[in-house]
Amino acid sequence: MIEGVTLKKLREKFHGSVIETHSHRGDDTAVIKRVDIVDVCRFLRDDADLSYNFLMDLTAVDYLGKKELRFEVVYHFYSFKKNERVRIKAAVPESDPSIDSISSLWSVANWLERECWDMFGIRFNGHPDLRRILLYEEFEGHPLRKDYPVDKRQPLALPES
Amino acid sequence: MENVSTLAKEIHTKEMTLQMGPSHPAMHGTVRMFLELDGETVVNVDVNVGYLHRGFEKMCENRTYHQAIIYTDRLNYVSPLINNFGYAMAVEKLFGIDVPERCKFIRTIMSEISRITDHLTCVAATAMELGALTAFLYMLKAREELWKVIEDVTGGRGVTPSYGRIGGVKADLPDDFHGKTVNAIKYTRDVLKDVHGLLTKNRIFVDRVKGVGTITADEAVSYGFTGPCLRSTGVPYDVRKAQPYMVYEQMDFDVPVGTNGDNYDRYLCRMEEILQSMRIIEQALAKMPSGPVKVADNRITFPSKEEVYGNMESLINHFKLFMDGHGICPPEGEVYQAVEGANGELGFYIVSDGAGKPYRLRCRPPSFCMVSGVKRMIKGGMIADIVPTFGSLNMIGGECDR
Repeated sequence: MIEGVTLKKLREKFHGSVIETHSHRGDDTAVIKRVDIVDVCRFLRDDADLSYNFLMDLTAVDYLGKKELRFEVVYHFYSFKKNERVRIKAAVPESDPSIDSISSLWSVANWLERECWDMFGIRFNGHPDLRRILLYEEFEGHPLRKDYPVDKRQPLALPES
Repeated sequence: MENVSTLAKEIHTKEMTLQMGPSHPAMHGTVRMFLELDGETVVNVDVNVGYLHRGFEKMCENRTYHQAIIYTDRLNYVSPLINNFGYAMAVEKLFGIDVPERCKFIRTIMSEISRITDHLTCVAATAMELGALTAFLYMLKAREELWKVIEDVTGGRGVTPSYGRIGGVKADLPDDFHGKTVNAIKYTRDVLKDVHGLLTKNRIFVDRVKGVGTITADEAVSYGFTGPCLRSTGVPYDVRKAQPYMVYEQMDFDVPVGTNGDNYDRYLCRMEEILQSMRIIEQALAKMPSGPVKVADNRITFPSKEEVYGNMESLINHFKLFMDGHGICPPEGEVYQAVEGANGELGFYIVSDGAGKPYRLRCRPPSFCMVSGVKRMIKGGMIADIVPTFGSLNMIGGECDR
């Protein structure tokens, strides 16, 4: 299968950073080193040929016991000009679950990164306001991690009257 | 006159913090805003979501692929059929299968009926919050007519139809579907004319929405806006046109766009989109082919009840599909599938490890991204303008908070 323009350009520009690329079921995917995430995202957005101007989604996957580096942060971009999508993934280790924030590039990343922190406990360096978003501040743990029990209950304690 | 202005200078207003919601009728029951006010002007705001969080993604990752369908109903509960089909299409993409043509037509028609009910609800609620109760009642009556059609087809009404299936739909359309749908559309079209007459040039309504809650195209893109809210700023992005799925490629329809990105343009965009959806439904009804409504692959779709009770192979097949570890097991891989939900791009990102449960199921919620832009849209405005601005975004708690 012929590699798409986006993946080819990414390989050329970030040859030291792109670990792997594939196109499963037509979804172009590039796995990159986490240190370069901001540069890669900026390149995708600002390169005149690519113009991936939409950050459609930002989430993470917990590969507990399946992969050497436990977490993968997954970005989905859409280019209005090219009418194409691309998926960027960056692995993050359990010992230091953090990656640089891209909230300075897209406003929506602010909330998406907060959700990712809330659900997976992945820190986004340089995020202006990294608080929980869907859960309450008193919540302990990060529920979408695979080692968080599905039936665990954490009722919100009412203030003693 | 001079006295009044000196007086105004001397009266010092103190900045006030006001908590709006979550139990507030205009906050749709699920959002809390901490407002910092100077008089009636919003100086700053902190928007809190999550009051309707029920762990959708975690639940789906601990259920089989088939069981996740009912949870998708409850994402955008105003147009649940689109969620059903979006999820089913994502799993089909994992399998790499294509559904029969008739199934695609049924999905298209039911999606568009859902889109109309969603837009009707949004416009009606926004109008009601601004005091136009008549428009609200008219539109809900039209929605009721469409819900009757949905009820005929799915057995459920607006909120929980669970009609989509992986590899098809639950059942074929009832015999009188064509006639009932045409009647419901005709009724809705008349209602739209009435509502246009009541609202579009109504001074009270226009004054409250025009130039209020404005957002530019660049900002909307940066905030991840999609759907009518993005198109109201002039960006003609619609998944149905950009990356057609189902049978949208065969349909002739327009994507309405606005110019100002204010509440009025969002209202007009939705009103026009209802008309375009009706066009799609009419064309699809005319072109509807006959044939099966689900793929003939007994690893994916369930045998019909008659077959289960009538022959041994189907009974075994049925058991196997419902047994833990033997159910619908897509091959390893990851896919992202987007559909045009009523509020914008609704995406499902599924990671499969080959087992009977999704290893990771992520829903890209259009509402969540748009609510992140609320702060930008209401800051600096008047407190009373929060109501139409928030209403015209059509935030749906089930989808925003998941």
